[in-house]
Amino acid sequence: MTENIIEVRDLVKHYPVTSGVVFKKTIGQVKAVDGVSFDLKAGETLGVVGESGCGKSTLARVLMNLEKPTAGSVLYKGQDISRLSGGALRRLRRQIQLVMQDPYTSLNPRMTVGDLIGEPFEIHPEVAPKGSRRSKVKELLDLVGLNPEHINRYPHQFSGGQRQRIGIARALALRPEVIVCDEPVSALDVSIQAQVMNLLEKLQSEFGLSYVFIAHDLSVVRHLSDRVAVMYLGKMVEIGTEDEIYERPTHPYTQALLSAVPVPDPTLRENKTIIRLTGDVPSPISPPSGCRFRTRCWKAQDVCAQEVPLLEIRPGSDHPSACHFAEKREIVASYEG
Amino acid sequence: MSDILVSEQSAPGADGSGRPSGRLLEVEDLRVEFRTRDGVAKVINGVTYHVEAGETLAVLGESGSGKSVTAQTIMGILDTPPGFVTNGQVRFHGKDMLKMSAEERRRIRGEGIAMIFQDSLSALNPVFTVGFQIAEQFRIRRGMSRADAKKRAVEMLDQVKIPNAKGRYSNYPHQFSGGMRQRAMIAMSLALDPEVLIADEPTTALDVTVQAQIMDLLGELQRERQMGMILITHDLGVVADVADRIAVMYAGRIVEEADVFELYRKPAHPYTLGLLNSIPRMDERGQELRTIKGLPPNLMNIPPGCPFNPRCPMAQPVCREKVPPLLQVGAGRASACHFAEELVNRD
Ligand SMILES: Nc1ncnc2c1ncn2[C@@H]1O[C@H](COP(=O)(O)OP(=O)(O)OP(=O)(O)O)[C@@H](O)[C@H]1O
Ligand SMILES: Nc1ncnc2c1ncn2[C@@H]1O[C@H](COP(=O)(O)OP(=O)(O)O)[C@@H](O)[C@H]1O
Ligand code: SF4
Ligand code: SF4
Ligand SMILES: [Mg+2]
Ligand SMILES: [Mg+2]
Repeated sequence: MTENIIEVRDLVKHYPVTSGVVFKKTIGQVKAVDGVSFDLKAGETLGVVGESGCGKSTLARVLMNLEKPTAGSVLYKGQDISRLSGGALRRLRRQIQLVMQDPYTSLNPRMTVGDLIGEPFEIHPEVAPKGSRRSKVKELLDLVGLNPEHINRYPHQFSGGQRQRIGIARALALRPEVIVCDEPVSALDVSIQAQVMNLLEKLQSEFGLSYVFIAHDLSVVRHLSDRVAVMYLGKMVEIGTEDEIYERPTHPYTQALLSAVPVPDPTLRENKTIIRLTGDVPSPISPPSGCRFRTRCWKAQDVCAQEVPLLEIRPGSDHPSACHFAEKREIVASYEG
Repeated sequence: MSDILVSEQSAPGADGSGRPSGRLLEVEDLRVEFRTRDGVAKVINGVTYHVEAGETLAVLGESGSGKSVTAQTIMGILDTPPGFVTNGQVRFHGKDMLKMSAEERRRIRGEGIAMIFQDSLSALNPVFTVGFQIAEQFRIRRGMSRADAKKRAVEMLDQVKIPNAKGRYSNYPHQFSGGMRQRAMIAMSLALDPEVLIADEPTTALDVTVQAQIMDLLGELQRERQMGMILITHDLGVVADVADRIAVMYAGRIVEEADVFELYRKPAHPYTLGLLNSIPRMDERGQELRTIKGLPPNLMNIPPGCPFNPRCPMAQPVCREKVPPLLQVGAGRASACHFAEELVNRD
């Protein structure tokens, strides 16, 4: 068995909702992530999908140790990351890096590309001694397919896809083991998106990286991921290999999500069944009791309002799903059609 | 110009009435440039397309290709200066809107042609309730009483399937979710029953399940009203689901126009082919995606010849010298490539 590089256990992240200007009073909690467990294996890509506001970016921030969990833990090679300090914390910060969605705002516009990519070396001088930094940065530029001669340019002189490459070069600078990618290609046009996706795959095989790949585009996630986790309103509702999730989904939400993906083939128009969900996602401040999906689920029964369905393997299915009535359904539009 | 497919068929007065049959809106050889401090950006370089009653024309192209500027020119909301129309016509029922008085154009807006935008939050006025903004149109444009206008606005909200429309009438835009705001904007743009609806990336900011709801709704309303729809998008999935015809834009030009099935089956332009190849297909995991190398051109400095030539895998010396015109390559389709015939005739 491959080792787990990250283990997430019962992770909870709540944000207080306050009212009042002078005397802030907490009137509720946004349950952004509310009890999530999963493993990331060495060298694999775990895709995380789900609709806006379901807690993907919050999960990323807690994984990065940028925020402390409200409860639960993130173990990196067996160590609880929220308890690390001093040298151990610095070493951890080298090992897990983040690539963010917005190539326009995630880079400081007043720094040159050389400074941006070299900045991590200032914090971790042991990785590259001062004299070698410029050449290291040039190597990184070359690695991500940018012209090393452009080392003195500023972010605004690059296109969106090129800026995303700068972000990736920066994340690679410290030779991390894990890269958390939060919607790294969502802001890019298809032709540029494909270039960046190919780059991420090339780097993974070259450096044996593990990726947590967050995106709302299910085709992009399938293309890159070994395993996929589906989130809904702060919970993980289904997790499995890309085949298990895309070919044999058992959770009604996953089934609805997959059925709604527009397929780039007009000949499949007619024989495609979209499961139409009604209503909107409920507020994460007061999520529905029992199963959080029940207000939009066509299969909901009384038990769904009373008991929280656990993320577990049920009879007749081969992977964990958080539905009392998890079962296969022959609906999902597929390309093989 | 007689060899250009689209304008050949659209010669006005073909039926003697001065009104092209079926063609509600026609854009012909439109050119727009932005004159900025840094130089002149030629963003629209001869765009020709049309839409008929009841059909959906998808305008497909990557960011910056000129989709929205074309739409803004049609709607008469081009940012002038710096934007200037330097050539072309925008005909509505055969009459060039670019030559109309401001008053005439205003009358067409909303009733003749309406538009919905990608970003519903900035398109709706945050200080008025959603219902009021819809009702105002009935009051101002239809001269209805306050009470009647309100009643019609509630009906509109109901038609776009906003639950509890009556109660929602007095909500402000920020109290709506993204999907509901998009519905409200659809209600507002359809209030005056336009003949043509321009939808500029109407679902790009929405999640897939909500996107499916909104596209369904638009399709339904379009069929009911026999509206012509121009759907502007960069999403090859959405286009495959709803379009009748597709016009592909690159660097301010239409590079290919075809029926949706033909275009996906056998693209007649290397750019379209490249786009179709770069979408991740769910059944090809692990394979390297075929990409289009390089970047779209700087519109202040478009390369001579075919604007796609620096990125084109099929480029020949002639491509650097001659601009390929948009020519017919078979029934109902056109391509702006010197080698379109070869692309269409390959097996
Ligand atoms: N700092 C914060 N304070 C309060 N609420 C927050 C905070 N950060 C996130 N939230 C809320 O937590 C929930 C999850 O947010 P998160 O950003 O993780 O969603 P997401 O899945 O990344 O969505 P998207 O797809 O839109 O990026 C949302 O309801 C969000 O409004
Ligand atoms: N107000 C403006 N001033 C200067 N340039 C503009 C303005 N609006 C659009 N442009 C430029 O026109 C080109 C086409 O833009 P647009 O039509 O918005 O593209 P898209 O196809 O993404 O909708 C782009 O290069 C854009 O930067
Ligand atoms: S547990 Fe009940 S409500 Fe939840 S997804 Fe399953 S059937 Fe639907
Ligand atoms: S004209 Fe030449 S460069 Fe342009 S698309 Fe055709 S083959 Fe490519
Ligand atoms: Mg996010
Ligand atoms: Mg646009």
